[in-house]
Amino acid sequence: MKLLLSIWLLMFSFGLLANETYQFDSGVQEKTYREIISELRCPKCQNQSIADSDAPLSEDLRYIVYQKLKAGETKATILQYMQDRYGDFVLYDPPVSPKNYVLWFMPIIVFLIIIAALVTKVGKRKLKPEAEEI
Amino acid sequence: MKSKKIIIASIPLVIFAILVLIFKSSLNKDPRKLETKLIGNQVPVFELASVNSPETVLTNADLPKEIFLLNVWGTWCVSCYAEHPYLMKFSKEYPIKWVGMNYKDTHQDAINYLAKYGDPFIYSIADTTGQLGIDLGVYGAPETFIVDAKGVIRDRHVGVIDDRVWNKVIVPKLESIGWNKSGME
Repeated sequence: MKLLLSIWLLMFSFGLLANETYQFDSGVQEKTYREIISELRCPKCQNQSIADSDAPLSEDLRYIVYQKLKAGETKATILQYMQDRYGDFVLYDPPVSPKNYVLWFMPIIVFLIIIAALVTKVGKRKLKPEAEEI
Repeated sequence: MKSKKIIIASIPLVIFAILVLIFKSSLNKDPRKLETKLIGNQVPVFELASVNSPETVLTNADLPKEIFLLNVWGTWCVSCYAEHPYLMKFSKEYPIKWVGMNYKDTHQDAINYLAKYGDPFIYSIADTTGQLGIDLGVYGAPETFIVDAKGVIRDRHVGVIDDRVWNKVIVPKLESIGWNKSGME
C-alpha cells in the first residue's frame, strides 16, 4: 500500500515538474511558449533548458516568457530579450558569429583541402598500363 | 626536393602545436562563466525600494557619481555569507563605495542579515521580484559589477571576492579605469 502510494505520488510530482499552471489565450500561444522555453538554456544550471530546469532563475525566466507572450510579443523579440541579458549562451541555436566561424567553416575548409590534395596527387599519378593482357 | 618533404612532414607537427595552444588557453577558462552583455552599457533602469529605509524609492539617479561596486547578494545565497566578511573589510580599508543589490529576498531577512553581519553598503536596492537581476544578467550570486562615474558597467565578477580576487582582479580593473587606492579620483 505504501509502495503504491509512493509510486502514485512520484507520478504526480513528475506532472508538476516545470509545469506552472499558466493560462494561455490559445493553443498556438501555448505551443510557442513550449517552443521558447525549450530553446532557452538555463544560465544557472547549464545544459538544461529552462523548460527542464527547476532552478528559481528558470522559473522566473519562464514567467517572463509567459508574460511577454501574453503581452503579444513575438518569439523573436523574446529570444532577443534573453540574448541581450545572458548572451548567445542562452540560445540553444546560437547565431553564426566571428567567435564560432572555426566551428562552422573548418569542416568545409578541411574538406576542400582534401579534395585539392586528391586532385593534385591522384590526378598526377601516372597510370601504368596493366600488363596482364595476352 | 628534400626541403619540400621536410615541410610536408612538419605540417602535422605544426597542426598539433596549434591545437595544444588552443586547448591550453581553454584550460584556464571557466566554462560556467557567461559573457557580460552589459559591459559598456548603463546600469539598467530601476525604481526599487531601499532595504535600509523601505519608504525610500531608489532610482538610477541615486547611484554614486563616481566609480563604485554593485554587489548582488541574498540571504539565501550560501557563498554570500563567505563573501560578507571580505566586503566588510574592503569597504573599510579602501575608498570605494559599495552599493548592495538584495536579490530575491524578503525585506525582513535582508534587514536581519545586515544587522547580524554588518552593512558594508551605502544602501541596498531591494530587488524583491528579481527583475533588476534579470536585466543585469545575474545568474549566480554573489556577483559584483564595476560601474564608473557615468553609471556605465565596466566589468563584472561572478563569484566570491576574497583577498586574492580583490588584489588580482578587482583592484587592477578599478585602477585601469582611473580609480586609485589613495582615495583621489
